Amino acid sequence: MQADPKGVLTGAHFLDGDQAACEGALAAGCRFVAGYPITPSTEVVERFAARIPLVGGVFIQMEDEIASSIAIQGAVWAGQKAMTVTSGPGLSLMMEHVGFAAMTETLCVFVDVQRAGPSTGLPTLPGQGDMMQVKWGSHGDYEPIALVPSSPQECFDLMIRAFNLAETFRAPVFFMMDEVVGHMTERVVIPGASAIEVAERRLTRKKPGEYRPFEANGDLVPDMVRSGEGYRIHVTGLTHDERGYRAMTAAAHGRLVERLSNKVRANRDRLVDVREDGVDGADVVVVSYGITSRVAARAVAEARERGVRAGHLRLVIAWPFPARRVREIAARAKAFVVPELNLGQMALEVERAAGGRAVVVPVPHAGGTVHEPAAILEKILEAKG
Amino acid sequence: MSEASETSDVNHASDVNDASEELEIDLPEEIDVDNPVWPYLRKDRIPHIWCPGCGIGTTVNCFARALTDSEIDLDRVAIVSGIGCTGRVAGYLNLDSFHTTHGRAIPFATGLKLANPRLKVVVYSGDGDLFAIGGNHFVHAARRNMDLLVICVNNFTYGMTGGQMGPTTPVGAVQSTMPYGNFETPFNLPFLADACGAVYVARWTVYNVRQLGRAMKEGLEKRGFVFIEALAPCPTLYSRRNKLGDGVDQLKYYKANSVVKNGADTKEVGLSFQGEISVGKFVDRERPTWLEAMDAHYAQVFAGEYVPHGGLHGED
Amino acid sequence: MNAVKPANKAKGTVFVREETCKGCSYCVDFCPTHCLELSPGFNARGYHYPTLARADDCTGCDLCGLYCPDFAIFAVRFRDLEKLRKGRVL
Repeated sequence: MQADPKGVLTGAHFLDGDQAACEGALAAGCRFVAGYPITPSTEVVERFAARIPLVGGVFIQMEDEIASSIAIQGAVWAGQKAMTVTSGPGLSLMMEHVGFAAMTETLCVFVDVQRAGPSTGLPTLPGQGDMMQVKWGSHGDYEPIALVPSSPQECFDLMIRAFNLAETFRAPVFFMMDEVVGHMTERVVIPGASAIEVAERRLTRKKPGEYRPFEANGDLVPDMVRSGEGYRIHVTGLTHDERGYRAMTAAAHGRLVERLSNKVRANRDRLVDVREDGVDGADVVVVSYGITSRVAARAVAEARERGVRAGHLRLVIAWPFPARRVREIAARAKAFVVPELNLGQMALEVERAAGGRAVVVPVPHAGGTVHEPAAILEKILEAKG
Repeated sequence: MSEASETSDVNHASDVNDASEELEIDLPEEIDVDNPVWPYLRKDRIPHIWCPGCGIGTTVNCFARALTDSEIDLDRVAIVSGIGCTGRVAGYLNLDSFHTTHGRAIPFATGLKLANPRLKVVVYSGDGDLFAIGGNHFVHAARRNMDLLVICVNNFTYGMTGGQMGPTTPVGAVQSTMPYGNFETPFNLPFLADACGAVYVARWTVYNVRQLGRAMKEGLEKRGFVFIEALAPCPTLYSRRNKLGDGVDQLKYYKANSVVKNGADTKEVGLSFQGEISVGKFVDRERPTWLEAMDAHYAQVFAGEYVPHGGLHGED
Repeated sequence: MNAVKPANKAKGTVFVREETCKGCSYCVDFCPTHCLELSPGFNARGYHYPTLARADDCTGCDLCGLYCPDFAIFAVRFRDLEKLRKGRVL
């Protein structure tokens, strides 16, 4: 259905990524944010706090990120669309609740404006070191969805998609910005509400008594209800059966956890989103995401000027990873070059997908600033052989 | 210090008197009535996991009576628990119930309440869950006067993990992680709740079932952050390890040592190992809830432009 | 659940769900009229469950029901029977 016009700031604006992300959330119908101040993400919640009295909803600044990441889940079970916003240290604190969201299929959006870590690291400077954390950070198995915007415009556009995916899959959705994307200011065009498609909560049509809260449909995703409507649901982070009752057996655990993963895995092709530039026929393909993709684009252009057949594959959705596409490319290209603001995280995924058919050359950077295009170019030139 | 003290042994006197009138009734051969707590339970999950003599089930009886007496619409009541023995209450009550993560029942409940203000949200959890790992959330929810009824079953120990020292374990009590007796100072929970701004603070033991039920009823009817501490025996781990006998012995201790001190200065109601237990309603006051404060403030700041928050369910 | 056939002097009676009792004895020890006793025999899980030993003395006050941590016993006053039978709509 169409977005609620109350939350849509239609027009052309000059916004930073944090502000644009907030506008995206409002346009998507998010009316509940719980957060805790942390650089470089704070502007998202500051804007939400300023905007929400005129839109209708709640912003609450909680006592910490642990509280924020579970308060949003309470709000979701009351029927709201909700998100929390943080950066690395806060994301680390939220990890148990990422698992709770996965296990209880509580759809919500975790925004992570990445800074350089580990620990307090470089609070005001960029990093991309949380990519594996969102994939594997909570204990146990689950399949998260992670979007990686590279501009303020994408912070707006992809945030709407993040909420829509959360509604569709009932899996934890991460919005993986970085300090530069969060703080760079660019033109952001917000369309009219009627041009924005938002996914609504898929509520059950069954009556109380007939409804089983964790009984999945054909797409492996169960329909939901809202607390307060007489369904007397039980929700637990323990392994549970279709009724939501704890079920302490290996069989019940296998059935539940495999479904939680498979509902995303089975839809990988629907979810995967990459932007390609000259990938087909390229000898060297740069794989990048977030702010690094903007630096990489320049390196790719310079390589082409030097006669290298270079392509660029940008991840818009990092998880699930576009393994099939990378495998196809690996069959024809000589090498992948993977610049990222960490010491090699998504490069491991590229390597796994390439399966030895093409060389994978990481361009590691511990963060604190972005790559010099020359550093990426150098690796492209090396990799072309 | 406190107002007039009296023994807490008021259950029995009134009940015996009440029953002294004569009645003539023809009884049928078969009588088919329900246990009053039964309709509030997920019957397919009974018997429960709690040990013989565990006081948590007794508090559930009191809560069920409070629900009946308050005549609240049960579809609008949600129970949120953390982890631990008391955390399992959520799984047994036939209400919307959420068994969340360890220590985080209060922030989950905060989100639930704010997103649908028409819900009566009850946090039902244990002393370790609410005051050790979850202590910070308790402090802040009370400060904000979040509209929640928080029921803490305090059995002085971590039962689910085998009887470790907790934030309410009295000095001197033996626990598996304090094998030579606890030397840490425990919380005085009513004082903590009072200092943080709770609008209603009471403590009863599970010996005082009628008073505990009445306090829960008042808690359901009160707006704002309500805190009820229910002292309950853990015969398996706390009592046995401290050679205090079984659950009956612990209830007899409550009976002999509880002193009703309604309106007492909460500073004075701290507990000691097998010492006197101050019980009663200590605090009952009014101040705006978080949502009321937000609504009033924004209505003033934005006048007609303010879009009041009513959750998804309209205003109430 | 069995109602114990009361004697004439009784003002109420108890109902016991023997199979869920865990034998904590709260009902027996804290009954104001001391009308309950634990059974000599065991239930299926090995616990002694309460029986109404002095039926004449039961007032139906339901303190046993309030104390019982296992929801295994409760009492009714005869004068409340009609009301209870109508059932609680929940």
